[in-house]
Amino acid sequence: MNIIVCVKHIPDPNLPGVMDGFRLKREGVQGVLDPGDEFGVEAGLRLKEELGGEVTLVSMGPAQAQEALRRGLSMGADKAVLISDDSLRGADALVTARVLAAAIKRGAFDLVIAGVESTDGYTGTMPATLAELLGVPQLTFTTAIEVSDGRLRVRRQSADGYQVVECSFPCVMTVTAGVNEPRYASFKGIMAAKKKPFEQLSTSELEVEPDALKPGQEVVEVSLVEQRKAGEVLPDDGQGAVRIATFLKEAKVI
Amino acid sequence: MDLDLSSEQQEFQKMMRSFVDDAIRPHAESWDRDGELPMDAVAQMAGLGLFGLVFPEEYGGSGAELLTLCLAIEEIARVDSSLAITLEAAVGLGAMPILRFGTEGQKAKWLPSLAAGAALAGFGLTEPDGGSDAGATRTTARLGDDGRWVVNGSKAFITNSGTPITSFVTITAITGERDGRKEISAIIIPNGTPGFEIGRPYQKMGWHHSDTHELAFNDCRVPEENLLGARGEGFKNFLRILDDGRIAIAALAVGLAQGCVDESLSYVHGRSAFGRSIGTFQALQFKIADMALKTDLARQSFYRAAWLKEQGRSYRKEAAMAKLYASEIAVEVARDAVQIHGGYGYIEEFAVCRHYRDAKILEIGEGTSEIMRLLIARELGLPEG
Ligand SMILES: Cc1cc2nc3c(=O)[nH]c(=O)nc-3n(C[C@H](O)[C@H](O)[C@H](O)COP(=O)(O)OP(=O)(O)OC[C@H]3O[C@@H](n4cnc5c(N)ncnc54)[C@H](O)[C@@H]3O)c2cc1C
Repeated sequence: MNIIVCVKHIPDPNLPGVMDGFRLKREGVQGVLDPGDEFGVEAGLRLKEELGGEVTLVSMGPAQAQEALRRGLSMGADKAVLISDDSLRGADALVTARVLAAAIKRGAFDLVIAGVESTDGYTGTMPATLAELLGVPQLTFTTAIEVSDGRLRVRRQSADGYQVVECSFPCVMTVTAGVNEPRYASFKGIMAAKKKPFEQLSTSELEVEPDALKPGQEVVEVSLVEQRKAGEVLPDDGQGAVRIATFLKEAKVI
Repeated sequence: MDLDLSSEQQEFQKMMRSFVDDAIRPHAESWDRDGELPMDAVAQMAGLGLFGLVFPEEYGGSGAELLTLCLAIEEIARVDSSLAITLEAAVGLGAMPILRFGTEGQKAKWLPSLAAGAALAGFGLTEPDGGSDAGATRTTARLGDDGRWVVNGSKAFITNSGTPITSFVTITAITGERDGRKEISAIIIPNGTPGFEIGRPYQKMGWHHSDTHELAFNDCRVPEENLLGARGEGFKNFLRILDDGRIAIAALAVGLAQGCVDESLSYVHGRSAFGRSIGTFQALQFKIADMALKTDLARQSFYRAAWLKEQGRSYRKEAAMAKLYASEIAVEVARDAVQIHGGYGYIEEFAVCRHYRDAKILEIGEGTSEIMRLLIARELGLPEG
């Protein structure tokens, strides 16, 4: 099975974000493999271990993004493709999907795995767009994965429970955090990653129209999230429990 | 001069940090309270290949440098000294003698499971009557008429000797006399051999969930081929093993000290007294600055010793210096961390409390501070007393 896992290199979410105009500063800041994508890599590796085949990582990002790909290779993926091009700075989700689709289409694939959304941009639209561009079905918000009779069968998280859905290959699947427990890279894996095939492409090496690479979206304003306010202190006058319960009810927690 | 870790080592260090935060930190306190080696944590560490890091690939290892193992030990010790010493002893004392002095047969038999972390081994040098004076070994091994060693005696404080996955303990024993002097050799004693008894675990000040036992040998018989290294070389070989172990113990001490620095930094931010954050008091700022200073210097000292070894240069003195300095500053830094935490520092929910208890042994195990000073003095050419 040819498994593609889309991964993203993002500024370390544990550090305060730095802005570059209306964009998140990506170059020259400490970055990590998007924690959400670790679940995708793990899902790909498990399917490969079960069914055989190959896991290829695909990413679009600045040159520094190769760190994220190396991380995935260290976990056990077989090869990596990075599409990096100055013209892609400021690309929106649609452009990203076009670029990734063009890179993925260069070879045969059975399954494309992505996280539900990235931990920096959070648009959550890229995977669905990618499936459309690839012309394949999509299974989204996956919380459990199974392959039987040559079909992919997943549990899909919904607002009030889960659905079990299945489809044939090739397809796109998005995984939720918690779908599995991503493995740690071993030192052996880290050393092996150095020798694995790593391809870096520019957009001119892909079949995409230059016009399709222009973002259709423009960020017109960015503002800071309101600081979290201090909590409310309720001195316990004997009614503390009742007041907490009332508060929780109002918040619709109980 | 290049003081940077390789990019692979940096990545490995990052990975270790997140592993330790996710899989060890949440449990360290309760493991310490239960006082038993958590075998599922050992299995997780094994899964990461930690037990095989420095062993050649032909035995299932990763062929990494000693420094890489030290990085793993340091990261674990920031949070959990018991697991850090379990790894250090498993590799440095349990498996390393087999790699260094074993025959092809012994290596093929024992190393793969040790490198995989599927089995552990202990090394028994210390006896109830003496550790520093390791040459004063009393345990005897006599080659019987049936061509087997008959071992009698006892060993004290042997790490990893009684875990559910311990496969053997290598011991030093007197195998005869040569030129009027005791001939000391190393012999592999598989766990479960009749006459080999593992005593109850000790009630220790710290290192609560590291496995330590007294061992007794009563007419314990093992095949002649269980001799490890040349006959009569047991003592000398052992001392060579301990040089590497000292670098790793220094790494462990640095990890503990770093853990204390980290805990103290976060504690002073959240605590107030006299209407200000205690982190604004110069007295505490200076303490923390000193703690960080000592930790950093100790780290440089074990990096240097490991580097010298990698270059094939002599590192005996530097390894002793690193072990001596790192273990002593670990005790100081842990004590200061408790002080910074005030009363909470004396309470087990706060990691520095455990770190303080765990620190002291570092000045004793694998060569006491006094023995380290003697060794450094010898290396400086000073005469034996
Ligand atoms: C938790 C734990 C785990 C251990 N694990 C192992 C293990 O796996 N394998 C193993 O073989 N041992 C192990 N040990 C034993 C440890 O290495 C010894 O305790 C240590 O070497 C000291 O030996 P000792 O206890 O016999 O003290 P002693 O040698 O009796 O020393 C007592 C004091 O005298 C000092 N002293 C001794 N000789 C001199 C001298 N010539 N000059 C100045 N001062 C001197 C010492 O420094 C010390 O302060 C472990 C110990 C502990 C507590």
